[in-house]
Amino acid sequence: MDNVMKIEFSALAENEAFARAVAASFVMPLDPTVEELTEIKTAVSEAVSNCIIHGYKDWGNRQNARVFMECSMLKGGKVVIKVRDEGSGIEDIKKAMEPLFTTGSEEERSGMGFTVMESFMDKLVVESEKGKGTTVIMTKYLDIISVE
Amino acid sequence: MEVNFRVYENILIACVKGEVDHHSAAPLRHTIDESMQIFGLDNLVMDFSGVDFMDSSGIGVILGRYKRISKSGGSFCISGCSGYIEKLLEMSGVLSLIPAAEDYESAADIINGRQQICLEV
Repeated sequence: MDNVMKIEFSALAENEAFARAVAASFVMPLDPTVEELTEIKTAVSEAVSNCIIHGYKDWGNRQNARVFMECSMLKGGKVVIKVRDEGSGIEDIKKAMEPLFTTGSEEERSGMGFTVMESFMDKLVVESEKGKGTTVIMTKYLDIISVE
Repeated sequence: MEVNFRVYENILIACVKGEVDHHSAAPLRHTIDESMQIFGLDNLVMDFSGVDFMDSSGIGVILGRYKRISKSGGSFCISGCSGYIEKLLEMSGVLSLIPAAEDYESAADIINGRQQICLEV
């Protein structure tokens, strides 16, 4: 049976560490390697940071700004992680995904967030609509030894 | 995240510990910039041997320090990167800009010209 987990939390920077720890704990039953675990943690950290930095950048009052994360463990060691915000959305997704592209220059952002997600996960899909928010769907196939 | 500073020859060594992400990036760069000013040093080594997690926010901090130090005529080197951090830095081209040494003593050797700079291409 597919195993699914959903959480919702305030769009605060201090929750980034919490989000990646939750995702890492959830996939633990699949017995991932240290490398796979670090890659998942990094990709989640990038996705969640994006929601917090960019997703809600136009929101004056962040009281109701939330980040949603859904993780699924599917057959054959397939892990799908969806990270979503209900913020400003991305105007030009293709441009946003270019390495070194950033709109957050005053904060010394590297512009490498999407590149890191793409490199560390096996598949990355970004859906966004202006004013409605952004969803990042990341898939990773873990090397599992035992198959039921 | 925690930073321990030490002055080694004419260099400020910043030993970073813990997790470097968007949340810890701002305090990290502030404390480094402030310490360089307080100690009156232009040269910096950031040592990552105590870092157990880093995402692209760390790349931003490294590139930011590189720009500042280049402007002021100082030298900048990084050290103690795990294989994983090296992978992350390679991805963004940082390693073709900034020399990486095994430990901060070797980084000091690079800065003070006792060792040839060997940039990974």
